[in-house]
Amino acid sequence: MNLSALITPKNLVTAAVLIVLGLMPVLTTVFDQPFYLDIATRIVILAVAAASLNLILGFGGMISFGHAAFVGIGAYAVGIPIYYEYYSGFLHFPLAIAVSALFALVTGAISLRTKGVHFIMITMAFSQMIFFLFLSLEEYGGDDGLLIWSDSELFDGLALDDPSTFYYVCFVSLVGVLLLLHRIVNSRFGRVIRGAKSNEKRMSALGYPTYRYRLVAYVISGALCGYAGALMGNFTNFISPDMMGWGRSGELIFMVVLGGSGSIIGPVYGVLSFLLLEEFIPDVMDLFADGAGVYWHLPFGIILLLVVLFVRGGISGFLNRLTKR
Amino acid sequence: MESALLITQLLNGLQLGILLFLVAAGLTLIFGIMDFVNLAHGSFYMIGAYICGTLVYLLDSFVLAVILAVPLTLVVGYVAERLVARSIYARDHLDHVLATFGLILIFDTGVHLLWGAEGMSIPLPDWLQGQVAFSSTIEVPSYRLAIIAVGLAVALGLFLVVTKTRIGMLIRAGASNRTMVQALGIDIKNLFSLVFAAGAAIAGLAGMMISPITEASIGMGNDIIIVAFVVIIIGGIGSIKGAFIGALIVGMIDTLGRSYLDQLFKLVMSDQNAETAAPAISAMLIYILMAAILAVRPQGLFPPKVR
Repeated sequence: MNLSALITPKNLVTAAVLIVLGLMPVLTTVFDQPFYLDIATRIVILAVAAASLNLILGFGGMISFGHAAFVGIGAYAVGIPIYYEYYSGFLHFPLAIAVSALFALVTGAISLRTKGVHFIMITMAFSQMIFFLFLSLEEYGGDDGLLIWSDSELFDGLALDDPSTFYYVCFVSLVGVLLLLHRIVNSRFGRVIRGAKSNEKRMSALGYPTYRYRLVAYVISGALCGYAGALMGNFTNFISPDMMGWGRSGELIFMVVLGGSGSIIGPVYGVLSFLLLEEFIPDVMDLFADGAGVYWHLPFGIILLLVVLFVRGGISGFLNRLTKR
Repeated sequence: MESALLITQLLNGLQLGILLFLVAAGLTLIFGIMDFVNLAHGSFYMIGAYICGTLVYLLDSFVLAVILAVPLTLVVGYVAERLVARSIYARDHLDHVLATFGLILIFDTGVHLLWGAEGMSIPLPDWLQGQVAFSSTIEVPSYRLAIIAVGLAVALGLFLVVTKTRIGMLIRAGASNRTMVQALGIDIKNLFSLVFAAGAAIAGLAGMMISPITEASIGMGNDIIIVAFVVIIIGGIGSIKGAFIGALIVGMIDTLGRSYLDQLFKLVMSDQNAETAAPAISAMLIYILMAAILAVRPQGLFPPKVR
């Protein structure tokens, strides 16, 4: 393998995206645009969530229509301790991961007994249960949401309330999660998961207990999503059950598919494009007609439809095709 | 007093169940015949309500408006099928979910553009506004009875069409074995256009009937579509009978759960705990039911017979 084989459009774009994301705090300071650091932080956090969803969706063929629940659980695992004045991040982050992993274990054990569209719907049902649970917990704000007035406290000198510091925590998390997922997908475990996606009967015949492998993958995915949720709780300072509605889960799926579900880095492209579209379509529309921006869902929906109809393999698949040409 | 409340709640549950059935009927047939997951089916419920509302103000007659709005919703459904749904039947469920999610955004914003962000309240004619008294303590709004009557009539009509006519026979055959129907020389694509459009119109009818009570609003379809999915999964995908029974079960459990669960809980726990837990559990009840049924009997209660 020589060096020139590595210089493919996809690798170049990946390198460019990661470098730009890595330099975001510097760029936004130099150009004095702190607002864009806000968007970048959101992109990086959601990329963690989308990449973890992709482990089971893209590589395992399990279409979870309820992953927003894990993000919500992670966020409340920060919000509720802070409500009781426990500020330590060494409590929040492990709690977020543990509770989401437990929720994934219980719901996954039931959901994975079903297949296809039943799996889509049962994961949606479980996330709706969590949605309604938090909606009715009036102690923690109910549907008014919960204010998080502090950030998680970690080491001295690592203050999460500083936007740049927090951004780097998120960015390092993203890179770490991507590397972890890369290791998982290419391990023996990952091969079993991928094998079970393309031919489950054959994997079972080869002696692999595919149900258990899938369940472990589901738990890993849920736990990582919960971690993303804990970052989100620190980022937004305001959380509400709204962040776990089924529409949010649908958005997460769209981010994954838009970026390309067959690749580790794909979801990052997906989240990036999704949030940039969300941010700039209204602005562009306002240029054409004042106030038209409120209708931004219309072009957004059309783009979504066109992507599904005509772009197979998402952005990542598109870049791969450029390489082969 | 207690029995009067119970009867009111039972009627409310019946009404919810019947509206759910009207939405779920099209959904389950579309799903059963073409294996197509249509998240945007709830949009027809919303569009029906808005079209009907506009016609009520134009024509000044609720009944006439409904009679005209049903075929108009049918046309909207037909266009959506030809433009979008038709080209993705052969894809996997993930593409269905995403494409119809996109359709929801387009429909919701389309309604926002045409009718504005505010909800639209729809006036009822005087003769539907009264109460019907069954006894000195039991009074029921006559409009609710009208909804139940119309819904039951549509359910009966649908049942007769599906079980007694040639079209219905093809629909049932398509739901059990699509390939075989095609092999016998039936144009399943046209059949499906028909089912899709008719399903849209019936869902629209449900939206028209509920909107005088709740008002027509953006997102009303998104609330009901998820519950309609619960219904068809409980009932068994592709089965009209399953959709009907599933809808009644869900309607009853949801309504009665919301009004009586706290009393039930008070038998086994303290009053305060019961009052905290009951609203949470009652909102989750139908999802718990669905998860339980899926775990034990993934094909639903009344799956269509295959072969």
